[in-house]
Amino acid sequence: MPTIQLNKTPMQLPEGATLASLIASLPDAPKALATAVNAEFVPRDERAARMLAEGDVVMTFLPITGG
Amino acid sequence: MAFSIGGVELDSRFFLGTASYPSPAVLVEAVRASGTQVITVGLRRQLAGGDSEAGDGFFQLIKESGAHLLPNTAGCTTAREAVNLARMAREVFGTHWIKLEVVGDEYTLQPDPFELVIAARELAADGFEVFPYCTDDLVTCNRLLDAGCRILMPWGAPIGSGQGLLNPSALRTLRARFPEVPMVVDAGIGSPRDAVQAMEMGYDAVLVNSAVALAHDPVTMAQAFKLGIQAGRMAYDAGIMAKQDMAIATTPVTGRPFIL
Repeated sequence: MPTIQLNKTPMQLPEGATLASLIASLPDAPKALATAVNAEFVPRDERAARMLAEGDVVMTFLPITGG
Repeated sequence: MAFSIGGVELDSRFFLGTASYPSPAVLVEAVRASGTQVITVGLRRQLAGGDSEAGDGFFQLIKESGAHLLPNTAGCTTAREAVNLARMAREVFGTHWIKLEVVGDEYTLQPDPFELVIAARELAADGFEVFPYCTDDLVTCNRLLDAGCRILMPWGAPIGSGQGLLNPSALRTLRARFPEVPMVVDAGIGSPRDAVQAMEMGYDAVLVNSAVALAHDPVTMAQAFKLGIQAGRMAYDAGIMAKQDMAIATTPVTGRPFIL
């Protein structure tokens, strides 16, 4: 059961968890959302193949106003 | 007076930022009043425990504007960060346009020319249309073009400072050296007067955010900028007279009126 960080919050995942399964498990996950693991972008179509391991740092990014 | 930039034809030369408005409703009204066809947007790391200011609601709002989206890489200090954020923005916003920002100094938010060129080269090779936010340094701009940029966005003054065009001479030099490159003055514009000045120099467009968003009446200010930008461009196209050191009489009299 690997422990990862999701947006700075520790989280324990089941064995075999992928980035896609993590995102799918989030309540109210926005549709417009980008993901990174250990500060590297992971495209949407690669999330299912991205296994999550102990100590991985997952970040999600949302659209916001900008100048 | 349409012009071409990033592979599209635009009628409006007013690029508008979407940050710091009093409310989403005011933002929507300001966008409408401005007549803009290009608005800038950003991406932010999701905050633990939810993030009510970001997400699908905002995205829906900006999509409904019908404007082209120009995502930025605000907050990045390295080429690596900027490239990653740009690729995220491409996926989320569905555009290959990117306003490339790589900050080199936290007080002035001055772009880091070295990291900027590295990131620009990688993104241009990856199919992005890079709008690099840069200083008015001629050699940096040359390097950005060498790296594959087809557009330049030199600053007028530091972001959000409202100081206007601090170095008009350098901006004139860029315009003269790169007559065929679409160029947008970005950052530091404080009033429509500054926008007029940029347009009279022959810049293709200006990007404004704080001067509109922080006005007491952002909607009216958006209209004021729209008119100023139109006037400045019309003046440039019409041809501004050369300045003279001495007076040149305009009324076609013959000498003094009562002296033969």
